[in-house]
Amino acid sequence: MSQLRIGLDVGSTTLKCVVLDQQGEIVYEAYERHYARIREKSAQMLRTIRERFPDCKEPRICVSGSAGMGMAESLRMPFEQEVYATRTSVARLIPGADCVIELGGEDAKILFVSGMIEVRMNGSCAGGTGAFIDQMASLLNVTPSELAELAEQHKQVYQIASRCGVFAKSDIQPLINQGAQLPDVAASIFMAVVHQTIAGLSQGRRIEGNVVYLGGPLSYFPYLRKAFDQELHLTGICPEHSLYYVAIGAAMSELAEPMQLDQIIARLTDAQARGDYKHGAPLFATQEDYQAFQKRHNEAGTLKTKPSANLSRAFIGVDAGSTTVKAVAMDESGAILMQRYLPNTGNPVPLVRSFLTDFYRDYPNTRIAGSAATGYGEDLIKAAFHLDFGLVETMAHFLAARSFEPQVDFIIDIGGQDIKCFKIKQGAIDNIFLNEACSSGCGSFLQTFAGAMDLSAAEFAQLGLFADKPVDLGSRCTVFMNSSVKQAQKDGASVENISAGLSMSVVKNALYKVIRAPGPDGLGQHIVVQGGTFLSDAVLRAFEMEIDREVVRPKIAGLMGAYGAALYARDQASRSAGFMSATLDTEGLTALAHTVKSANCNLCPNHCRLTINDFGGGRRYISGNRCERALGAKQASATYNMFLDKRELLNAYKPQPSVKGTIGIPYGLNMLELLPFWHKFFTQLGYNVVTSPESDRDLYQLGQHTIPSDTVCYPAKLMHGHVEALIDMKVDWIFYPCMSYNFNENLGDNHYNCPVVAYYPEVIQANTEDFKGIDFIDDYVGIHREADFPIKMHAIMAKHGMVESLKDVKLAAQNAYQEQALFRQRIEQRGDEYLKMAKAKGMPVIILCGRPYHIDPEINHGIDQLITSFGAVVVTEDAISPKMQLKPLAVLNQWTYHSRMYAAADYVASSNDLSINLVQLVSFGCGVDAITTDEIRSMLESKDRIYTQIKIDEISNLGAARIRLRSLFTALDMQAESAEKGA
Amino acid sequence: MDNQRPRVEFTKEMKDQGYLILAPAMAPIHFELIANALASYGYRVELLRNSGPQIADIGLKYVHNDTCYPALLCIGQFIDALQSGNYDLNKTALMITQTGGGCRASNYIHLLRKALERAEMGHVPVISLNLSGLESNSGFSLTLSMIRKALAAIIYGDALMLLKNQVKPYEQNLGESDALVTRWTNELVDQFDRGQGYSGHATRKQLNEIVASFDAIPVTDKLLPKVGIVGEIYVKYSPLANNDLEQFLYEQGCETMVPGLLQFMLFKVDNRLEDIKLYGGTRLKQTMFEAAMRYLGRSERMLIDALNKSNRFVAPSPYDKLKSMVDGVIGYGCKMGEGWLLTAEMIELTHLGYPNIVCGQPFGCLPNHIVGKGMIRKIRNLHEEANIVAVDYDPGATRVNQENRIKLMLSVAREGMHKTHGRPMQEAMETEEDTTLSPQLSTTY
Repeated sequence: MSQLRIGLDVGSTTLKCVVLDQQGEIVYEAYERHYARIREKSAQMLRTIRERFPDCKEPRICVSGSAGMGMAESLRMPFEQEVYATRTSVARLIPGADCVIELGGEDAKILFVSGMIEVRMNGSCAGGTGAFIDQMASLLNVTPSELAELAEQHKQVYQIASRCGVFAKSDIQPLINQGAQLPDVAASIFMAVVHQTIAGLSQGRRIEGNVVYLGGPLSYFPYLRKAFDQELHLTGICPEHSLYYVAIGAAMSELAEPMQLDQIIARLTDAQARGDYKHGAPLFATQEDYQAFQKRHNEAGTLKTKPSANLSRAFIGVDAGSTTVKAVAMDESGAILMQRYLPNTGNPVPLVRSFLTDFYRDYPNTRIAGSAATGYGEDLIKAAFHLDFGLVETMAHFLAARSFEPQVDFIIDIGGQDIKCFKIKQGAIDNIFLNEACSSGCGSFLQTFAGAMDLSAAEFAQLGLFADKPVDLGSRCTVFMNSSVKQAQKDGASVENISAGLSMSVVKNALYKVIRAPGPDGLGQHIVVQGGTFLSDAVLRAFEMEIDREVVRPKIAGLMGAYGAALYARDQASRSAGFMSATLDTEGLTALAHTVKSANCNLCPNHCRLTINDFGGGRRYISGNRCERALGAKQASATYNMFLDKRELLNAYKPQPSVKGTIGIPYGLNMLELLPFWHKFFTQLGYNVVTSPESDRDLYQLGQHTIPSDTVCYPAKLMHGHVEALIDMKVDWIFYPCMSYNFNENLGDNHYNCPVVAYYPEVIQANTEDFKGIDFIDDYVGIHREADFPIKMHAIMAKHGMVESLKDVKLAAQNAYQEQALFRQRIEQRGDEYLKMAKAKGMPVIILCGRPYHIDPEINHGIDQLITSFGAVVVTEDAISPKMQLKPLAVLNQWTYHSRMYAAADYVASSNDLSINLVQLVSFGCGVDAITTDEIRSMLESKDRIYTQIKIDEISNLGAARIRLRSLFTALDMQAESAEKGA
Repeated sequence: MDNQRPRVEFTKEMKDQGYLILAPAMAPIHFELIANALASYGYRVELLRNSGPQIADIGLKYVHNDTCYPALLCIGQFIDALQSGNYDLNKTALMITQTGGGCRASNYIHLLRKALERAEMGHVPVISLNLSGLESNSGFSLTLSMIRKALAAIIYGDALMLLKNQVKPYEQNLGESDALVTRWTNELVDQFDRGQGYSGHATRKQLNEIVASFDAIPVTDKLLPKVGIVGEIYVKYSPLANNDLEQFLYEQGCETMVPGLLQFMLFKVDNRLEDIKLYGGTRLKQTMFEAAMRYLGRSERMLIDALNKSNRFVAPSPYDKLKSMVDGVIGYGCKMGEGWLLTAEMIELTHLGYPNIVCGQPFGCLPNHIVGKGMIRKIRNLHEEANIVAVDYDPGATRVNQENRIKLMLSVAREGMHKTHGRPMQEAMETEEDTTLSPQLSTTY
């Protein structure tokens, strides 16, 4: 028994251990969650082994696992990298394996074992998988296994962004709120994990052959394996001991050394944490400090109004938020009669129903005189209960905050999943900061963390109040936070210090990532904080410490949205004399029978997946539609939308069959805008020019497996699909040239393309599996030099078997330049018409600023239509930019597409027309926009204009965009109103 | 913020008043020499050595959080220094390089100015160090002799860096090569002060002496995995940005190769010629850049010749050869950021016996989507032994994650080394014994 081998796998959330005997047979295995108490639990496991195998004094031991490195280092134990360990065990135990997919608590790995051996791990951006499933399960209020069981019964799968956990979450939430069926949501969650793994990790290599599934999630959830099988078109295997492959590989490792078991156990037990991690000051030094703090907030946060004696009329406000449902009933004076704060278990309807039922029971003599809904579930709740009004949540929060601090000039709300902050200027919402999908999830993140440590959220937060050295976790997206915490654990931080550190990081995230404030003065003088997350004293204290200013936290910090809605209902109801609220009465509540089903709309090629909520008695609420058509015969009124117009202009460039051959142009990035140029050029020379189809999700998936960098922008990722589509179309050439430079439009200091646009053809040529004999033309072309272009192009064409005379090429080039100029002219003309028309009709105008390829509906997800649905006119930046001159900026203005945006911003800033506003579209991962967004914001704000930015990615949900736009239009209305009053 | 605020120039008066110029220390050895080269022209230059977690925090506070990590760190480091109270804010200027390429790095200087404005230090002048004529200052101008001295500093820096990396892991007496780097740095600084040491003749002679001095360090003949470092230029060289990557690899028992700065200079000049070739341009420009290429090429030759004087050292490939390595892999027009050079360096490292490569990039670095991550598959198709790990560096990426990924690459590296060089006897025997392990293959569904 002397030659036992022990492998210890310390994962991000679990601890796994195996013992192999001399023959390599597994004689013992153990699996346990470690709740961050790694050393303690490891010692326990080894003690058990010592008892089971008393003769074994000096086994060979090796540690592995993502959280094991620190422990191995400090205890001088051999360490084997975990992916490598998996490789060792798979090579021995499953000799025929081609590919291993291993999902862990927070890691995802793909290992190609046959042929060229390659290993892939998820990057720092692709969020966890096991932890992600846990988080989603808790969001739906089921256990992870229940989630997997639910998924088995699904009828349809929704599109959920697969890049990182946080993104997926912001897709799922609206589905839940709109009443999508749980089994469907569950299946969609697992499918998202599959897509995330394949898209993020295959990186240009196909997963095929004998596929092995390892790790916790794949072992425990048969449905997840099924989803992988389905997506990969194969049947993978999940071997016995599938949880232990890392541990087995560690045990088998050449690095394993004989070690005294007693000694190791003693070292593990004695090991003192180093405690030399980055840390901040304690939240509270003494109990007295904490009491003083509590007293101050108690006073400032209490509503001054007392319930009136006359309770004949009441007002209802409901805030159906992302993770919680809040409801308030108040009397005429604003005093709260009844309140409810409940976790949103997936369907807010029963929660609100029970609230209203209780209200009618407790206040039988009070009449509901007005009601309003806000939040993600606004439309659903409004429809279900016939509430009178709906309002955007920013407005609701402002109204509520004003009743605590009449002079309020800054409100910050940290909810379960989002951060909302806004400035108030002259009684109107002035500037809104919402967290982009990448840093959201703050409150619920704390909760999930508490869960991982086996504590309730309240207990967990409370732990940190007196922590002596709170971990400094910085301010970053929550997915990164997990690994920061891992690092802190490695450095020996206590749970208390991690708790305090997380509270601080939520605050920092809000301040530096969302608001990007250089100091407290940038916020305001009278700050009101609210939202469920601020109910934690730790978070509140961290906030005051960070900005070095005292703030007001209303006692009903978690209910502010609902309270604001109730106030709004009261104000609106009192505007018209004799207003009668239509809110469902007791009978209506009893009759309410809420069922949900889904269907596909077949009225247009979008085939929107509709969720149909049926409330009984013929009342329905339909969601998931991108346009109005699904809602009935109602014909949408005429819209003025240059995104559509530009697409139409481009659609006019049709193929013209020819014997000379067909040139395929991928219809995305810069090639989209340059279609007139290249179409004219090649058509003139007698070639047939075709484009790949318009982008959609299926097209994206066609090329998904060849994307080498998972953090590049979505428009670039789509190019892989476009090129695959052209290959399938069997064209003769695919024309996708590299272009360092764009046209010089004299609006910048230089006229570059951004590096991705300039060189993406290189990525395509290097990563496309098989061009199937099609000549891929990715030569470097300089359209910025009109005189040299035909000469250079002539040579490039000859290289690819397109032999033409230089004279013809010159003529074609001349025509191409003219065609492009004509195209630009048409755009400019259309812009002029729209501006004129809008002025005449008094319609608001939104200059929707982005790159030319943002007109692709798969990229903009219909934000243009959302804007027109608010009755505004959409004009593009390139319709405006030709009117402007180059002006000095505070940045280097060197990219053609971005110069247009600066010019458009200049137009808006220098026009005195408050009905013309700018909205900037930003692709997630666009490094260049880190510069342009700041500059455009300051250009507009220097002239007191509102800056609105919308980040877009693979997510097709418009929730955040809708809040932003509605808030913008509300703010503009308020501005106009106060201007009228002032006049 | 007022967008039209005029740029604060670094005036001649400021120079005469002895303003202290602060500059980042990107590549520690090189920049030390360059800073001292400038000192001999009457500029008081100090390289920033401040480090610590607050640098990134300050960066996050004053720069857009999605800006690349190098900008965040450089700017954080500047502001941290200015806020430290160690400098007279009315007698301090900052200096930062500006390439003028299509990558957002050309905007660092503007982001720095915006950050200074926010930190209420907008009056501190910022000098752009560029060869593209982007900005000028009456108090600072690059003269031909300054450029020559700086170039000599780069060549010496490359030599010292390459030699140190090739000797240090094998030292019999720990610390000898680091000490030698310090000795030579001091010696060269002295020479620059005296206006010596940078002529072609002197450089050639001195390079030979440097090589000989490293050759004299007694070493062991142990077999170590050989690891190359490539990446976005700041992340590649700066210990502040890459979490002291060279040191980490040293501690893991590796020999490292960090391709030098000189080839980056050659690359940047050559880009101008490629532009003319691809898109057209004037003869005059072409002649000018060709002359510059010849000058740099001679310098490179000196470096390579000196290293080849000893059979112990691996010399970098000549630029033309380097360039030919990416023929058919990526186009020469790909010039933004590190451009095709980064791809070429990965291939070169594989050729030179450093097939294990860390490719470091700031999170969201646009050119690296193309020339780094975008080319790995193609490189691996051409060179099966290439063992490349792409590592993201940014304020949120933790060291433990980065090191874990690098360790995976090192495991594969050690395996590759065993394959090529065989395994120590004892280990091989133990593996024999283990082959009795029986496959336990079964499926659960």
